Amino acid sequence: MGIEKLLFYVFAATAVLASLGVIGSRNPVRAALFLVLAFVATAGIWLLLQAEFLGIVLILVYVGAVMVLFLFVIMMLDINLTPLREGFTRYLPLGAVVAVVVLAEMSLVLNPQFFGLEHFPSPVALAAGDSNTKMLGQLLFTEYLYAFELAAVLLLLAIVAAIVLTLRRRKQGEVLYQDIGAQVRVQAADRLTMVKMPAVVAVKEDNKKESDDE
Amino acid sequence: MFDSLQTLLAQWMPNEVAVVLVILVQAMMVIVPLLLTVAYLTYAERKVIGYMQVRLGPNRVGYAGLLQPIADALKLIMKEIIIPSQSNVYLFLIAPVLAIAPAIAVWAVVPFDNGMVIGDINAGLLYVLAVSSIGVYGVVIAGWASNSKYALLGALRSSAQKVSYEIAMGFALVTVIMTAGSMNLTDIVMGQQGGILAWYWIPLLPMFVVYFISGVAETNRAPFDVAEGESEIVAGFHVDYSGMTFAVFFLAEYAMMILISFLTAIMFMGGWLSPFEGIPGLEALFSFVPGLFWLAFKVFFLLFVFLWFRATFPRYRYDQIMRLGWKVLIPLTILWVFVVGAMAYFKVAPWFVHGGVA
Repeated sequence: MGIEKLLFYVFAATAVLASLGVIGSRNPVRAALFLVLAFVATAGIWLLLQAEFLGIVLILVYVGAVMVLFLFVIMMLDINLTPLREGFTRYLPLGAVVAVVVLAEMSLVLNPQFFGLEHFPSPVALAAGDSNTKMLGQLLFTEYLYAFELAAVLLLLAIVAAIVLTLRRRKQGEVLYQDIGAQVRVQAADRLTMVKMPAVVAVKEDNKKESDDE
Repeated sequence: MFDSLQTLLAQWMPNEVAVVLVILVQAMMVIVPLLLTVAYLTYAERKVIGYMQVRLGPNRVGYAGLLQPIADALKLIMKEIIIPSQSNVYLFLIAPVLAIAPAIAVWAVVPFDNGMVIGDINAGLLYVLAVSSIGVYGVVIAGWASNSKYALLGALRSSAQKVSYEIAMGFALVTVIMTAGSMNLTDIVMGQQGGILAWYWIPLLPMFVVYFISGVAETNRAPFDVAEGESEIVAGFHVDYSGMTFAVFFLAEYAMMILISFLTAIMFMGGWLSPFEGIPGLEALFSFVPGLFWLAFKVFFLLFVFLWFRATFPRYRYDQIMRLGWKVLIPLTILWVFVVGAMAYFKVAPWFVHGGVA
């Protein structure tokens, strides 16, 4: 057995076990971490398929950014575990129906007759100096440019929408913001006024106070 | 050298085992010096900051305190590992592993000289970015599993900081990729041939600064070390860790510091190339110096800058850190992507003549 085959079985088994862990673990944080493990194992399989760019980007985007935010949210929630399991038997029939429908759809689309090594030739080794990333980039920016740009605009829209939905404008003076530019520009004259006070006047004031006290 | 070792080993055992053994040997050849550098970086840190503050620093253990890191390591190994009773034990123990594993795995693609690299992969820079982004899990899980308010707040702070500065860092890397026309670290260095003026720090000067600042923030070093603001949240996410579990977080932080210095030297300061390249007299005079030495020289300079920062700047406030990352560094990097695009289009010499995106 070659090392590649061994690695494939290790990654595949990890991916399957981790996916089971995602739906099986009681603790939501642990489930999220199993999902991370499943992503990493999948990225390993993609690397074996010579899709190095996709594999690494999967780790970079999903593991490095998306799942961190997931974990953030889960950690901040104070989840009481018992009510989570309350409706389990009630919703079990519905869940089973959905599962069967999904399974049926998947087996129709991903028919076993499409599977098997004879249908999928092993990826052709790239010529030296040809990089997977470069080829992907050339395709994205020529043939699929519109789809690519549309996806980018969609994401931008989602970002703007998310900010608009969550932005809480507060009244002037309710919160104090720091204007660093103004702080840097400030001159001594803006903050300090030199006041000339003749010493004699001060003495007089003191005398007056004393006489008031009496 | 490793090919001959592999063929030699293959006579005694199956070829696969020989391959694995050779990879293990290569990994040890990187990890052992790395950990030694980490140990003596802590010594250098205490000495440098000591002299900057007009005191001696460690000087008791061994000559001039040279055995201090070894004594520290021994102490940390002997200490008891305390596991908080209310913690999630499993995750509590796996968090330090998740912190150190990426910090070491990244070194697989870092070249030390022309051809002196374990995995010379095409998407090298992307690999570095992806693997170092996993390191944040160590922080998040450590904070959560400790089941302590201070640890959780520290973890939130430092992971939010890491995720934010990763964006500026990624964009800075994009400009490097655009300039070099490659994501392979060896190609990036070879694209900078032609002396100190051909290195990428000139066309990418703002990115050089942005990358290094993001690197400092990414490693949670001063002046961005709010994660361990002693007076407010004690030691941050690793407050409940003791002994070796704490030391592992410490190792990871310092290994990342060294990595950032290496990457800065490789991407902006010509890597292992001699600074005297192309200068008639000096080039021949220094041609005996191995490339590894030049790279190490640049890396040690950058590490010194890390320590210098710590001794010089007061700690930033948290909102100021976030402002610097999101409102200053990220817009600047996006702007510079366009500038580099323009420079590549007009083939500005000497950086964009060969290679480049155009």
